[in-house]
Amino acid sequence: MRATVNQGRRSFLKAGAATGGGLVIGFHLPVAASAAEAAAGPAKLNAYVKVGTDNRVTFVCGQVEMGQGVHNGLAMLLAEELEVDLRNLRIEQGGIDPAFGNPRYIGFKAVGGFQATGGSSSIRNFGNKVRHAGAAARFMLISAGAERMQVLRSECIAENGHVVHKPSGRKVTYGAVANDAARQVAPDEPALKQPSEFKIVGKATPRQDIPLKVTGRAVYGLDVKRPGMLVATVARCPVFGGKVTSFNAEKSLRVPGVKKVVQISSGVAVVADSFWAAKKGRDALEVTWDEGPLAKVSSADMYSQWAALAKGPTAAERLKTGDVAAALAGGAKRVEAVYELPFLAHACMEPMNATAHFKGDSCEIWASTQAQSWNQHAVAQATGLPPKAVTVHTTYLGGGFGRRLESDYVVEAAETSRAAGNVPVKVVWTREDDIQHDFYRPASHNVLQAALGPDGMPTAWRHRIVGTSILQYFKTFGHFLRKDGHDPTSTQGAGDYFPYDIPNVLVDYVNNNQGVPSGFWRSVGNTQNGFILESFVDELAHAAGKDPYQYRRQLFGKPHAARLRAVLDLAAEKAGWGKPLPAGVHRGIAAHFAYGGYCAQVAEVSVARDGKVKVHRVVAAIDSGWVVNPDTVAAQVEGAIYYGLNAALYGEVTIRNGRVEQSNFNDYKMARMDEMPKVEVHILQGKGEQGGAGEPGTNPISPAVCNAIFAATGKRIRKLPIKPEMLRT
Amino acid sequence: MATALTLNVNGRTHKLSVGDPQMPLLWVLRENLGLTGTKFGCGAALCGACTVLVNGEPVRSCNTEVSQVAGKSVTTIEGLSRDGSHPVQKAWVAEQVPQCGYCQSGQIMSAAALLAKNKSPSDAEIEKAMVGHICTCGTYNRVRKAIHAAAATMRKGA
Repeated sequence: MRATVNQGRRSFLKAGAATGGGLVIGFHLPVAASAAEAAAGPAKLNAYVKVGTDNRVTFVCGQVEMGQGVHNGLAMLLAEELEVDLRNLRIEQGGIDPAFGNPRYIGFKAVGGFQATGGSSSIRNFGNKVRHAGAAARFMLISAGAERMQVLRSECIAENGHVVHKPSGRKVTYGAVANDAARQVAPDEPALKQPSEFKIVGKATPRQDIPLKVTGRAVYGLDVKRPGMLVATVARCPVFGGKVTSFNAEKSLRVPGVKKVVQISSGVAVVADSFWAAKKGRDALEVTWDEGPLAKVSSADMYSQWAALAKGPTAAERLKTGDVAAALAGGAKRVEAVYELPFLAHACMEPMNATAHFKGDSCEIWASTQAQSWNQHAVAQATGLPPKAVTVHTTYLGGGFGRRLESDYVVEAAETSRAAGNVPVKVVWTREDDIQHDFYRPASHNVLQAALGPDGMPTAWRHRIVGTSILQYFKTFGHFLRKDGHDPTSTQGAGDYFPYDIPNVLVDYVNNNQGVPSGFWRSVGNTQNGFILESFVDELAHAAGKDPYQYRRQLFGKPHAARLRAVLDLAAEKAGWGKPLPAGVHRGIAAHFAYGGYCAQVAEVSVARDGKVKVHRVVAAIDSGWVVNPDTVAAQVEGAIYYGLNAALYGEVTIRNGRVEQSNFNDYKMARMDEMPKVEVHILQGKGEQGGAGEPGTNPISPAVCNAIFAATGKRIRKLPIKPEMLRT
Repeated sequence: MATALTLNVNGRTHKLSVGDPQMPLLWVLRENLGLTGTKFGCGAALCGACTVLVNGEPVRSCNTEVSQVAGKSVTTIEGLSRDGSHPVQKAWVAEQVPQCGYCQSGQIMSAAALLAKNKSPSDAEIEKAMVGHICTCGTYNRVRKAIHAAAATMRKGA
């Protein structure tokens, strides 16, 4: 018997018997996307939750674990509703299933589905579903337990994996009644626990993946082993968009261990019995490239072209209120500035890699990926297979940061496996490959203008953004690219949510694609615009002769910015804003909204005479609404601060002759332990809508640091990364 | 021509035939011995993800030729303890250090080497031992805290 529950407008909760015994609760497809498949009839129940007759609870999670703690966070919600000890709950990584579709990416079914992990969306988009599954299972288990004990259902409760008859104290385990529970009628609207009843949720809770990660047992993409598997490296054209003209594999094939050298879409793959042989084989390979039209592109030229475009008449409007031109002309004081931001690489600790076994009529993929269903679609397109013939097995991810939303490295593995004769192949990128063939955080040139009224508060705000566009490359979202070139990821954080109370505002964008692949980078457009907005506002505060914290407080005065103001206040209070600091140490403050989360940070910074910047301490406040695991939120903010700080201090990819000039951590530098500031994270659990936690912390750090640098030196940083020569005295 | 090598890894002796004696230890550990807990991060001794102990000293296995460690004692994350019970591993769990976790095997090996010699490291000594490691998730503060915690445990003789 199978019961269907209407759970809200979007999804069906389904319950039934598990294969091999026990109760299984799953979700059917979101209604909007499911008509055809619902008509075809589900072949199986998609297992989100299984309660076995052996008392084992299994949670199959469609979202991927890349360090953000989402497996554990969702499992906590399930354990809470199901009334089981989290330690007795096993988390399993799910494969591709329409039931795992991320509502954030709804509407992309036409291009092969939408199961992906990104946009700080997992808890807010799946938490409720998982809770409903747990609550339904609890309800059915209680019913079955009451029947078994022949007592009134209303006298029974669920407690730590048991159904307990309260008056008598008698109890049965979930496992004992799991088969009976599967025959129960599922509740129409399972009652969720009240927050006051929570035992697990809201408490700092150890993560289940951590013991695996301190013993070397966690399996990442690079650790995948398949019988008969070969290892490949790929020679790619150093110039973006370049193609193979010809290649000579003779010397490669002489390297012991090299089995085959095959051409694929992205270049030439050297297939060997070990990574080392594949790498030596690639070193020995002779390839003639057609470098294509981008062979002369350089980032220096881009910036000068963008400076010209910034003055041009044509741009795509994003936000317009009032009459900016008139207000700029009529202000008591005018402030203007140009801000420039570079391309950035992701530099996930685990270099890109994927394993594929193309078998003629099907293809299996093993990958550390954020985007299983896009991988499936991309492999299907590249191989001509129907999407259903492509299976994606997801491992742990050694970092994602948006890089693993792309499918390039997965397609390479599939193509190499096929070209090598349908054998399993792991394609491994070197760090140099990883830095030089990334999808970069876009670079941009920004012109800012503001007019201040007699009270020093801004009456006009004008922001023109010129730069590369992510959606030019990420075709899955191509329909969001407007005909006038507007890319919402480029104006994200500049015009979609504008926190300041300013009557006349114009934000527009000039999309200038120069051929440098651009992609999602933790917090996306906010990483640029958060820096620009919160630096320029700081300029305005100083131009007005006002305290930067109080100035922001006033600008965040409208109701839509209330949560931002609240975190600003909390960060300022906890940091002791206005109180004395050791000699030479100065504070900067910034606040920004991104991906549903409001985050403010105060940075304490000193600048040495040689221009070297030292960030001593960062006090952060975040409001992402209701928090599941506070330690995970704190860890995410700590990590986001580091990721953003890296961009402030070091991050810069430059292009010359169509090539990336950086190659490894010697020239794409990352801050290390000695440069990591002390970080304090304060969580504000407002009553507002639940938001994301992984990305919002990335953005305030660079403006907070640069605002502190201004306080320390009087020098305004308008171009990242910060270089000592900008500050040398 | 393949070269015959004898390696001592985690207390076990392995007789191996390696195609290239210059092959880095990292890939022998990962591919020949199946010890995938040691990670590849940069291939140039810049990030520390591949750190193992050779005769107790932290070594970057990605640019250490396998022939150089023949006859020496190699310890990887799998050999640090049988069950995750090394004080450093326990402290890593207690402080919830890892996020993605990819760099952590290397960090743990460096921390274990430090604490084997110095059970009361100062912040500066910890930085000196750990500065060769990159963690893109930014877990440095928790790493530092966990090292202090593990040191305290080890001082008590646990």
